[in-house]
Amino acid sequence: MTPARKKRFGLIVLMVAGVAVGVGLALKSLNQNIMFFFTPSEVISGKAPNSKLFRMGGMVVEGSVRRPGDGLTVQFGLTDNEQQVTVKFTGILPDLFREGQGIIANGRLNDSGEFVAEEVLAKHDETYMPPELADMKMGEGN
Amino acid sequence: MIPEIGHFALIIALSIAFVQAAVPLAGAGLGVQRWIALAVPAALAQLLFIGISYACLTWVFINHDFSVLYAVKNSNSELPLIYRISGVWGAHEGSLLLWALVLALWTGAVAVFTPNVPRVMRARVLAILGLVSCGFLLFIIITSNPFERLFPAAAQGSDLNPLLQDIGLAIHPPMLYLGYVGFSVAFAFSIAALISGQVDSAWARWSRPWTNIAWLFLTLGIALGSWWAYYELGWGGWWFWDPVENASFMPWIVGTALMHSLAITEKRGTFKAWTALLAIFAFSLSLLGTFLVRSGVLTSVHAFASDPQRGIFILGFLVVVVGGSLALYAWRAPMLKSAAKTNLLSRDGVMLLNNIFLVVACSAILLGTLYPIAIDAMGGKISVGPPYFNLMFLSLTAPLGVLIGIGMLIRWKSDSLQRLGSKLKIPAIVVLVLALLLSFALPEWIWTAYLGIAMALWIAVTVGIAVYERFHGRVLSNALRSTPAGFYGMLLGHLGIAVFIVGVTLTSLYNQEKDLRMAPGDTYEVAGYVFTFHGVRDYDIDNYVATRGGFSVSSESGDFKVDLFPEKRIYRVQTMPMTEAAIDAGLTRDLFIALGEPLDQQGAWAVRIYYKPFIRWVWLGAIIMALGGLFSASDKRYRRLARSSSVERSAAEQAA
Repeated sequence: MTPARKKRFGLIVLMVAGVAVGVGLALKSLNQNIMFFFTPSEVISGKAPNSKLFRMGGMVVEGSVRRPGDGLTVQFGLTDNEQQVTVKFTGILPDLFREGQGIIANGRLNDSGEFVAEEVLAKHDETYMPPELADMKMGEGN
Repeated sequence: MIPEIGHFALIIALSIAFVQAAVPLAGAGLGVQRWIALAVPAALAQLLFIGISYACLTWVFINHDFSVLYAVKNSNSELPLIYRISGVWGAHEGSLLLWALVLALWTGAVAVFTPNVPRVMRARVLAILGLVSCGFLLFIIITSNPFERLFPAAAQGSDLNPLLQDIGLAIHPPMLYLGYVGFSVAFAFSIAALISGQVDSAWARWSRPWTNIAWLFLTLGIALGSWWAYYELGWGGWWFWDPVENASFMPWIVGTALMHSLAITEKRGTFKAWTALLAIFAFSLSLLGTFLVRSGVLTSVHAFASDPQRGIFILGFLVVVVGGSLALYAWRAPMLKSAAKTNLLSRDGVMLLNNIFLVVACSAILLGTLYPIAIDAMGGKISVGPPYFNLMFLSLTAPLGVLIGIGMLIRWKSDSLQRLGSKLKIPAIVVLVLALLLSFALPEWIWTAYLGIAMALWIAVTVGIAVYERFHGRVLSNALRSTPAGFYGMLLGHLGIAVFIVGVTLTSLYNQEKDLRMAPGDTYEVAGYVFTFHGVRDYDIDNYVATRGGFSVSSESGDFKVDLFPEKRIYRVQTMPMTEAAIDAGLTRDLFIALGEPLDQQGAWAVRIYYKPFIRWVWLGAIIMALGGLFSASDKRYRRLARSSSVERSAAEQAA
């Protein structure tokens, strides 16, 4: 190889290596920040991870919203019309959180099988339904 | 009657758009002057008819014509006038009509304000814009007719989504669309140049002011959206890496890269193929954004009700536009030979690096945004969290901060390391030391805060040096007269970035958030401010009832005192609760209170209190950047060239 070619070859190798490292890092950080989505039935059947963050979606069970204690902690049942999981959340619920409404919660399971939510998301449009929930064929007239 | 006129005008506009697309394009190819001459009147006629159609829909909203389905769904007789006007673009159908109107406005502007562009080129550009318009008008007429009648007519409308009853969100979509759609002009210039095969730097010069203006609207549009999310959604955040936000941010990043690469192509005659490609990407990402928002494929807190069939139409349109223009590009790009070689150690080289970082950052965001969709197609359901975006975006754009400073001071064509080193050494040391001192003045020393402050200072200091070099040793009035507006545009754009960096760094690292239970009479201290809750009272207002909380806030030293009244509103028609936060805004900090929900019969409420240092700087930075775009676009150079003949123009090019 001529020196000029050698230089160009070196440059290309460097660039390819740079791109490879970049893509590798991107995929790694992507994988670390992915949250999987599970339905209450899947959670009950043990498909959800035990200590990792994940998302769970479903309908808030009518009459299940309770505030144990006098703090900000709220507790409610989340269902996909087959199974039900108890969700605990400390903080302020979104405006459109209601019983019988579809929501998505981010969080993880505790030892007693309750879902401790770090964040609760409700739709913010009367007719909007998160695609995950729409797939669940819920009986609601949305 | 009026809705039918609107519908009919829309169909006429579509026919005109077909003519505007086909005839001038054929004329330019075959050299038929009369066909070429049709482009300008067709563009103006299309604007007229879309304008009529849009006016009709506005009339429907203003006059409460509840025989129109779209008005029934999105308006109400109690709705104040301003939200009846903005309600027109409050949902899918109307916002697409706004899209088409904005496109027609840009097209009309190109028809009128480009006397310097050769007629054939202009005809091609207008034809491409007409083609895009065809796609959108077809989309509206086939899948999303806003004039659809409801029979029998409804007595009352179901009201505009209360979240949209806000001045910030009323002007957010038009701004965003002016930006999004504005990139269609650079796109059309690029495609026209590729078709003609004559890609000289004149094409870059014609595109530049249009790109700058589109970019400045997009900047303002995104900033408005972020500001609205901050005060209206009641979460106190200003950016969530939500797919819909990303959809508007990606065209912005590529648009930023495009502005810089257009500058190189104009100045140096290099990177032509790359610039053409960026123009295609910027507009394709705008279309992708429209698709993502309108198709409902995403789980997003911002996503509104949507219809998969519509998504498929936009996806098809996207494939045609992107595929077609990339095919054209692949065929023609080899003709775009650069006039000169590029030396990495030059302003061109630094700007190329900036382009690479921006495009890679955009790809990382695109990956994170589309990955869940790809997985969904394979049957899994996942979402990508903000930490991914923060990490990728920050690590990819941090080097840009350093490059901005170097880029303003390095010479075009080629420079020497020695010259640059001797010029930048002392400023760099000063910045590093000063930033260290400043970072120790913060409540807690965090290395990323140091990094952010150093970056912002570095940009500010290099802007100062650039000004000094420009004016040093010259008579001020002469120097002022001979300095092009583009220079100030560059300085302002970069200063805006510095201000933005300060805001982002300080507000994300030092904000304090508290969700707590407060009973009347309770006090709570956050960041040296004492918040006292006095209870709530109910009020009855236009189309909602409000529960208003009374808070007083005072600093510990007692020299600051303010009363804040956050609200919980229930809109009567949709019975939808809304949190209206109360904010005491300041240049160095915001105090933010939002009401959660009542907790017991004794009047205790869930309350959210935020202390947000320097958050205003985030939007202030965006406003300064947009100002920079305005300065750049107003550069005399573009207008002077408008008057000179093409002979003079090529002479000017050789001199440049």
